[in-house]
Amino acid sequence: MYFRHIENAAALAVGRSPAELSRRQFLKLTTLAGSGLTLGMVLPGCGTGPGGAAAGPLVMPFVRIAPDNTVTVICKHLEAGQGVWTGLPAIVAEELDASWDQMRVESAPAQVPMYGNLAMGGKIQLTGGSTAVANSWQQLRQAGATARAMLVAAAAKAWAVPVSEIKVSQGVVSHTGAGRKATFGELAGSAAKEPVPTQVSLKDPAAFSIVGNEKLPRLDARAKSTGKQQFAIDVMLPGMMTALVMRPPRFGGKVSSFDASKAKAVPGVIDVVQIPRGVAVVGRDMWSAKKGREALSVTWDESGAEKRGTTQLMKEYHALSRSKESVTVTQRGDVEAALAHAVKRVEGEFEFPYLAHAPMEPLTAVCQLGADKCEIWAGCQFQTVDQANAAAAVGLKPEQVSINTLAAGGTFGRRANPESDYISEVASIAKATGGKYPVRLIWTREDDITGGRYRPLNYHRITAAIGKDGKVAYRQRVVGQSIVAGTPFASMMIKNGVDPTAVGGSAPEQYDLADAHVSWSPPTVGVPVLWWRSVENTHMAFSKEVMIDELAHAARQDPIAFRLALLGEHPRHVGALKLAAEKAGWDSPFSKEKGRGRGVAVHESFGSVVAQVAEVTVSGDKITVDRVVCAVDCGIAVTPDVVKAQMQSGIGYGLSAALYGKITLTDGHVDQTNFHQYQVLRINDMPRAIEVYIVPSTNPPSGVGEPGTPPIAPAVANAVRAATGIRARA
Amino acid sequence: MSIKLTVNGDTRELDIDADMPLLWAIRDHLQLTGTKFGCGMALCGACTVHIDGQATRSCVTPVTAAQGKQITTIEGLSTAAGRAVQAAWIGLDVPQCGYCQSGQVMSAAALLAGNPKPSDADIDAAMAGNICRCATYVRIRGAIHQAAETLATGAPAAP
Repeated sequence: MYFRHIENAAALAVGRSPAELSRRQFLKLTTLAGSGLTLGMVLPGCGTGPGGAAAGPLVMPFVRIAPDNTVTVICKHLEAGQGVWTGLPAIVAEELDASWDQMRVESAPAQVPMYGNLAMGGKIQLTGGSTAVANSWQQLRQAGATARAMLVAAAAKAWAVPVSEIKVSQGVVSHTGAGRKATFGELAGSAAKEPVPTQVSLKDPAAFSIVGNEKLPRLDARAKSTGKQQFAIDVMLPGMMTALVMRPPRFGGKVSSFDASKAKAVPGVIDVVQIPRGVAVVGRDMWSAKKGREALSVTWDESGAEKRGTTQLMKEYHALSRSKESVTVTQRGDVEAALAHAVKRVEGEFEFPYLAHAPMEPLTAVCQLGADKCEIWAGCQFQTVDQANAAAAVGLKPEQVSINTLAAGGTFGRRANPESDYISEVASIAKATGGKYPVRLIWTREDDITGGRYRPLNYHRITAAIGKDGKVAYRQRVVGQSIVAGTPFASMMIKNGVDPTAVGGSAPEQYDLADAHVSWSPPTVGVPVLWWRSVENTHMAFSKEVMIDELAHAARQDPIAFRLALLGEHPRHVGALKLAAEKAGWDSPFSKEKGRGRGVAVHESFGSVVAQVAEVTVSGDKITVDRVVCAVDCGIAVTPDVVKAQMQSGIGYGLSAALYGKITLTDGHVDQTNFHQYQVLRINDMPRAIEVYIVPSTNPPSGVGEPGTPPIAPAVANAVRAATGIRARA
Repeated sequence: MSIKLTVNGDTRELDIDADMPLLWAIRDHLQLTGTKFGCGMALCGACTVHIDGQATRSCVTPVTAAQGKQITTIEGLSTAAGRAVQAAWIGLDVPQCGYCQSGQVMSAAALLAGNPKPSDADIDAAMAGNICRCATYVRIRGAIHQAAETLATGAPAAP
């Protein structure tokens, strides 16, 4: 997920549909956005309880303190495994001086600008681009400090002591001289009557005890270990029906006609309705809907469908890489002259397949439609856009659509797409069935694997060289689909013809290269694509780190020493690389056993730098990754154990793609349908040892959900090369 | 047709198709949603339950095959091994998105019931049918070892 390039996201709030925020409402939102005034606002419904005493909660946009002494953080981001339900409460708890035991978390409603992502201008609610902690950092520190100040003010008033003499620790407010103390819960009601301070002071990071605490447990571990965590697929509403959708067998196909007679004859099938994306079969349970769909007969209009296969597409990509049709992404010095005078020259070609995200919870959403309101339950990643798209599907205004964001069973980018595919579908089904019943849409695994929105197919052609002066020249052509072209994001994200989510993080951006040229040729293909954990960095880091290794090899230099010499202007790369090398024992002799090798890669994405050293054993065709040593510089590590978990996760996700991941198409039909064909990493392929080290930093937090993924595949490829002398490409 | 299922000690009679997989009877008709749907082909393990103590993929087990047997879902997991596994899962913060973890816990509990001190290789073999896309595998191994130690030293408390 990658949205850092959105600078004017306001337009997104209105999406591309007619049923949208009115201009008046839009102006109101944009005026409020970023003002900060919402932060300390005390919401209606709070204040004194019956009898006018201090009973009652303190309710603020990001934190609610209840009389039962629980502190609930209102989380504007989706918890999809990356740990925001722990990281965001940790920030609030720190400034509040709360006890971790009293912390709770719940999802915010879909509401901008209150819950907008500040990394995208604050006008769109979205979890993506590894920005959740980074964009919430100052906002939630202030929210915590504001609530603390109000609790302290209430205590000072009640005890008639100066504010400055009051202490707060572990959720207890106290005054030693007066011998008084009170819990947050006891003070919440009277704190709600205090004025909201306009300025609060934040803690000195040296005094942090929750932020940076290695032992801070996840707030969701218990529910997720006992089957109690509710996901969208677990929502059960009275009278709810279950729907499956039959979609076109080729991307771009449309329903021509359909015969529902056999489907309707299946016991339990309630309705069969056409929607914009296909034909929905609604049943009283999953099984009847599934059998009903199997009995459904649809004739498709495939006149506009994509009928090419991936073999043909790749052939076309090769040709395109040699054509003049391209746009310049990065330009430094004179690469042609530098290449012409080089003393060592290496060439590389890389093919990257389409990849499905395959989150463990298949896409699921529940919709209840009324005359003037629509309620959605989903593991929503893109609330503002989903709200607009659902509204368009049912013919209501976005503010008439409410979204209950539930924990998502993984996403890796899949649940954030500009057309809100599964959300639009469930809303369309509710509309087509007249809102007679709440409806739950489930995608089967086959729907998921064949359903598109893949990491784009890519082809890279690179020439790199070392000159007499030791300087590196680098020329790269990237051929791959744009992710945002044709979406409402195109106008604001595509700059000078370049889609930054398709191509970025190239060698000249990450190393000191005097002469470089990176160009991009975007083909037009009917296969829908999307951001896939770390987006363009998956393929861009791979070709970059493999080519740099090839250059080191050509120069007969150590791969780490060679990199360090090219990183003079990239001190954080140097820090991560040196830490990984030290912890991996890079300077110690490595086993010369047959088939053993080790390799390194370093890459910056989403504001964080990750270096990884992989040790492998190659036996025939079998690659075993024995050990990975990972060093990450992500600024202040708010929840270090979650950072470590995310590095482990990113490594596993990247390794899955490197060892197995591949979606292919034959004549426009996707060849893989389920996990037997689209294989993913299982426990027996997970390295026995993954060690994660965090580079100490005082910088503000940066991304951790995605940056662990890009370096692993090239580190493994470089290790295989070291072990066998054979270069694995993509 | 009428199907009688005994789940977590309760016997219930359901009017459902004979070919309905146990998973959908458990989820849609008994409303026990801790057991998850992941693939429908016994490829991912998210739907793992215990049938007479054996870890079984409920997404491909017809309800007729489960009649007259003791079915245990994550909601009813109460064996010593089950408790030890869940405590270790929480203690090591194994879950990320958490969606596959019911199935992981059920497979791990069944493993420890039959092999109280599994090696890494034993764990890999027993758990290879359970996919985790968040790749929590390193912690799964660690938690199973920890649960084995707990079991060896005494009865674990309920998580």
